[in-house]
Amino acid sequence: MPIYTEIVMDHFRNPRNVGVIEDADGVGEEGNPVCGDMMTFYIKVKDNRISDVKFQTFGCGAAIAVSSMVSEMAMGKTLQEVKQITPETVAEMLGGLPKNKFHCSNLGAQALNKAVENYESKKAGVATQKEAK
Amino acid sequence: MPVTPKKIYLDYAAATPLLPEVVEAMLPFLKDVYGNPTCLHSWGDAPREAMEDARSRVAALIGAPADGIVFTASGSEANNLAIKGIAFAKQTQGKHIVISAVEHFSVLQACKRLERWGFETTLVSVDKYGLVDPQEVAKSLRKDTILVSVMHANSEVGTIQPIKEIAAAIKGSGAVFHTDAVATAGTVPVDVKELGVDALSLASNRFYGPKGTAALWLKRGIPVIPQIDGGVQEGGKRAGTDNVPGIVGMGKAAEIAAASLRERMSHTAPLRDRLIKGISEQLDHVLVTGHPTSRLPDTASYCIRFVEGEAMLMHLDAEGIGCSSGSSCTSRALKASHVLLAMGLSHEIAQGSLLLTVGKDSTQEDVESAVKALPPIVQRLRKMSPLYTKFLKEGEVS
Repeated sequence: MPIYTEIVMDHFRNPRNVGVIEDADGVGEEGNPVCGDMMTFYIKVKDNRISDVKFQTFGCGAAIAVSSMVSEMAMGKTLQEVKQITPETVAEMLGGLPKNKFHCSNLGAQALNKAVENYESKKAGVATQKEAK
Repeated sequence: MPVTPKKIYLDYAAATPLLPEVVEAMLPFLKDVYGNPTCLHSWGDAPREAMEDARSRVAALIGAPADGIVFTASGSEANNLAIKGIAFAKQTQGKHIVISAVEHFSVLQACKRLERWGFETTLVSVDKYGLVDPQEVAKSLRKDTILVSVMHANSEVGTIQPIKEIAAAIKGSGAVFHTDAVATAGTVPVDVKELGVDALSLASNRFYGPKGTAALWLKRGIPVIPQIDGGVQEGGKRAGTDNVPGIVGMGKAAEIAAASLRERMSHTAPLRDRLIKGISEQLDHVLVTGHPTSRLPDTASYCIRFVEGEAMLMHLDAEGIGCSSGSSCTSRALKASHVLLAMGLSHEIAQGSLLLTVGKDSTQEDVESAVKALPPIVQRLRKMSPLYTKFLKEGEVS
């Protein structure tokens, strides 16, 4: 029996939204070379919604599929909705992940949320600067 | 309909196909000749005879007398019997063991287990090629060193160790010298007298014999405490009903290996060389791992920078090519290969490990297909690798 589901294999073979957004509103990184999976998410935000999302991933098949699925789940969503994306919901959308891959490779939701946090802290920074003026 | 690609097997270190002659030799013992060799009645005669015949053939493959062969169910078991069995047998003389940092898990973990029982282990480091320095082994010896174990060759990077020189360097120390020859027996010439070892592990599945059959050879007089207690099979060194079909298969595989060793080596070595050269030429940022000359004739190994091993394996598999990697994701323990890390490579580089091993059925065409298939896969993965993007922007970050 193959270790990955058809959905995982599809996202691994044809990952959606791969790339870099040079003028991203938020950037989030997760993972480290010791565990073998590293991912970077880039987001553009318009009217409190993800208007564009791209990612780059160094890692195994699961890590690539997870990133791709997360990018699809995030596209067009409000920031509040994006915060509901968790490793569990991602794994569910992928039709399941092997047990040993669940923790190590399922970092996409965290990386995306870090990008959102990065956007929000930048925005808060701009707001504070404005207030200071 | 997608075209099913031709299947190309480049993972002979993981498993070899059974030789038809081996299957033929085993068949009677899977069917009609079912007697137990320990039985005194006539049903035990043929299996007993066949087993002893196999013992001679296995011994002949490693230039040893037949009476030193203890059949086991795996190379791991042979290594466990060597490490724990000899350590327990000699513990009144000392509790110190010397092994290399690149040993197989069955040696490393056996030593870890012994540490909980009051034994001490010294790990001898290796150089960037994965090579052990015999003088370093000699320097690690203590008065209470009872056992030294250094593998003949490492199956992940193919480096062949200077076993003969290590034997010479530790001569007279009183320590038993064991070598794990699972990667070499049946692959390159192995002779226990020439190597100067006291104990040696070998496994049938590495040389076109059945899985589930292996052996530990012990020089006369080397004591060992059984790790499986029970009956007196295998001279009281390993209990359990004899795996007659497996042992007969191993004997046949050993006989054929001994006769065709040179031919096999001259078949695989050029294919290995083409794999090493072809992929290093087709791709930049490729590090060939293991020793350039002192290496297994069937093993090509690399670290491909900025990409991860499992992702490469999955893409290659989709193109019908089967091979291995030592990355975290491909190991069940989710840790990068201890061999690559011991050779001084960073985790990041070790994650890009790729291991291609050729065998008797490999062809020039197979190798060319692999050399052609890999570069676009790597380019694709690099395009989506944050590490590669970073490298292109910032250059080498140490």
